[in-house]
Amino acid sequence: MDIFNIIIQTLDSTLRLSVPLLLACLAGLYSERSGIFDIGLEGKMLVGAFAGAAAASVFHSAFIGLGMAILISISFAMIHGFASITHRGNQIVSGVAINFIAAGSTVILGQAWFQQGGRTPALAEGERFSPITLPGADAVKDIPVLGHLYSELLSGHSLIAYIAFAMVPITWWVLYRTRFGLRLRAVGENPAAVDTAGISVTWLRYRALLCTGVLTGLAGAYLSMTQNGGFVKDMTAGKGYIALAALIFAKWKPVNAMFACLLFGFLDALAIRLQGTPLPIIGKVPVQFMQALPYILTVVLLAGFIGKAIPPRAGGVPYVKER
Amino acid sequence: MGQAAIELIGINKSFGAVHANRDINLEIPRGTIHGIVGENGAGKSTLMSILYGFYQADSGEIRVNGKPAAIKTSNDAIAAGIGMVHQHFMLVENFTVLENIILGAEGEALLKTSIAKARSELQRLEREYGLEVDPDAIIEELPVGIQQRVEILKALYRGAEILILDEPTGVLTPAEADHLFRILKQLKEQGKTVVLITHKLREIMAITDNVSVMRQGTMVATRETKKTTVEELAELMVGRRVLLRVEKGAANTGAVKLAVSNLTVRDQRGVTMVDDVSFEVRAGEIVGIAGVAGNGQSELIEAISGIRRAVSGSVLLDGKPIDVTGTADPGELRDRGLAHVPEDRHHVGLVLAFEENENSILGYHDDERYRKGLLLDIDAIRNDAKSKIEGYDIRPPDCRLKTANFSGGNQQKIVLAREMEQDPGVLIVGQPTRGVDVGAIEFIHKRLIAMRDQGKAVLLISVELDEIRSLSDRILVMFAGRIVGERGPEASEGELGLLMAGVEQREAAE
Repeated sequence: MDIFNIIIQTLDSTLRLSVPLLLACLAGLYSERSGIFDIGLEGKMLVGAFAGAAAASVFHSAFIGLGMAILISISFAMIHGFASITHRGNQIVSGVAINFIAAGSTVILGQAWFQQGGRTPALAEGERFSPITLPGADAVKDIPVLGHLYSELLSGHSLIAYIAFAMVPITWWVLYRTRFGLRLRAVGENPAAVDTAGISVTWLRYRALLCTGVLTGLAGAYLSMTQNGGFVKDMTAGKGYIALAALIFAKWKPVNAMFACLLFGFLDALAIRLQGTPLPIIGKVPVQFMQALPYILTVVLLAGFIGKAIPPRAGGVPYVKER
Repeated sequence: MGQAAIELIGINKSFGAVHANRDINLEIPRGTIHGIVGENGAGKSTLMSILYGFYQADSGEIRVNGKPAAIKTSNDAIAAGIGMVHQHFMLVENFTVLENIILGAEGEALLKTSIAKARSELQRLEREYGLEVDPDAIIEELPVGIQQRVEILKALYRGAEILILDEPTGVLTPAEADHLFRILKQLKEQGKTVVLITHKLREIMAITDNVSVMRQGTMVATRETKKTTVEELAELMVGRRVLLRVEKGAANTGAVKLAVSNLTVRDQRGVTMVDDVSFEVRAGEIVGIAGVAGNGQSELIEAISGIRRAVSGSVLLDGKPIDVTGTADPGELRDRGLAHVPEDRHHVGLVLAFEENENSILGYHDDERYRKGLLLDIDAIRNDAKSKIEGYDIRPPDCRLKTANFSGGNQQKIVLAREMEQDPGVLIVGQPTRGVDVGAIEFIHKRLIAMRDQGKAVLLISVELDEIRSLSDRILVMFAGRIVGERGPEASEGELGLLMAGVEQREAAE
């Protein structure tokens, strides 16, 4: 296998691995830009993954599965909103609670409904999202470099992956070119300014969480219905937290978020590729170290390499009218 | 003319047990500037928040231009032509001026056309009212005076005919305040109605047509400004006679307590804020530093009190050096008898979430008196706090109350009591009466004079020129980081004003 193919394959798996991170990261972006910290991305992805896989296997339809993933994920986002917007609860506590409920309830319901140790039945063709071959990919396959890049790297991903990357410019556009985006950014910085301008802070923040719910639902569906052929206990494996790290790394900006998620995806891909392969000079690196690498890098990057990341100023603080 | 822009009839509002507004009746004629004065907590801001739809009255009626108006939300108020400039600006700090102005008044779902529309509308407003602002500047990079202008533009952009300003000059320099008043007069000439809430009586006298006085939630009087006096208004506000002028004897100066020489300080951006400054403060005198805010006074006292590192220069406290360029820290200086009342009590002077008694020993908590071995001596602290509450008339007299629940004037008294009661040899005071009621100002001024008469050296910094003039024995004027002149307390306001504006300096250089 030549070096070019190795590079293409690593980049290809980078794309695949960064999709759920990117969706979760953008989900967090909507929520945190509105001033609601969301540590519950992990939990919402997990319930989305479970609901998607479960509905897809029962109704034999990938799209019903996707719809259910989004619906359940939204409902968890609304629980977070109810606790932290309507009742001004602590956003971190509410988010952690959601993660616990998600981790527990998916396994319990999975076992009760499917009796497979908390898994959902393996999804058949048509119940999951299969790779899409982009137009002309087969035709250009044999053209060196560019043709390869197109057919191997860009083509052959699932619908959700393309949606994820399309969400980057869309999110940018929403944030900086629409009224909703202007208000969203404002409410995360100074909700009192939004309130005195005659806009409902509560309704605005709920709408932000709605966006979050849709995107974490997509992320969950991607995990259980594309990357994997069914739901497995705790399958998010900390991706929600990595997405939060990426969000900070990206300084709450959509295009940066894409690059941050690609970086974390690349580290993951690298870890998989280098497993068991001896490196020059260092020699053989333990598998565990390679698996830990993305997390170690997260800490290192957040600790010092990104400069000052200023979060939305009203983040984490429930809005109360009286001063 | 003649018709009332706003009529308030029998407005009542309670927050829990506090009756913030009690049967308020008020009529504001169209095309006038109407002042509303009262001490902090008199209910002025609550009343205006009701008018702006931020709160809803428990009972009563609001009429705008003679018609009953149901103002339930800020949107209703905006629709009725009421605009408000809040005391704490309601601006998104990292947005541009334009973005702030269109927020909530965007018109359509996409920003492109609304931004273009706002840009041309803004130019028209600028021409009409002389409100110049760069529409693409980021708010946090603008001086507060300009930020306030953005707030006014925001209201005008929404078509406000009635403009409410809540304590608009609290954060402004004298020059900025003058500019604001010119703008307000222009608005009035264009037929707008202006409601000015303040506790600064001089402003009321200078600019308003009518003035209403509030005290403890009730409207006690409305006067035509021409026919009233500062003394009468002060008495109405406080409910008793108030001495506006401090009485003091001649200074009895002693040895040099604080000697500053060739001090240079830079701020975090590396800009030189204090430039080769030298002066002395002797025992038994108050030295006032006058100057427009931002000319280095803040950095100067921060450097002397060990909060900010100086670049070069030396400071002697009782003849012994303070390592201002190196290791000086406020704790060490406190031990050596230098007390500091910081300019910004909310961010530097107090922890608002602490109880009053905790704040009353903050910084002195290591002192033997408040300690029992490794632990705090809670009883001693509370007893100490109680005696300070009594001595400084801090209200409410409850040392267990959260500090945030005290009014600005009482918070300031907590800081003053803490620093003065340590019996320091040198007292550095920044903005002692910023945001403080008339009654409390009188008290604080008397205390400062008493400190002086006990033979303490007092260094006073204030943007209130009146305060500097009435308290100081010597006045130093700072401009662009340098001390550009020294005058006696008899110096006229105009003379000091010219120095503060750097005029004399330029002439001398020619």
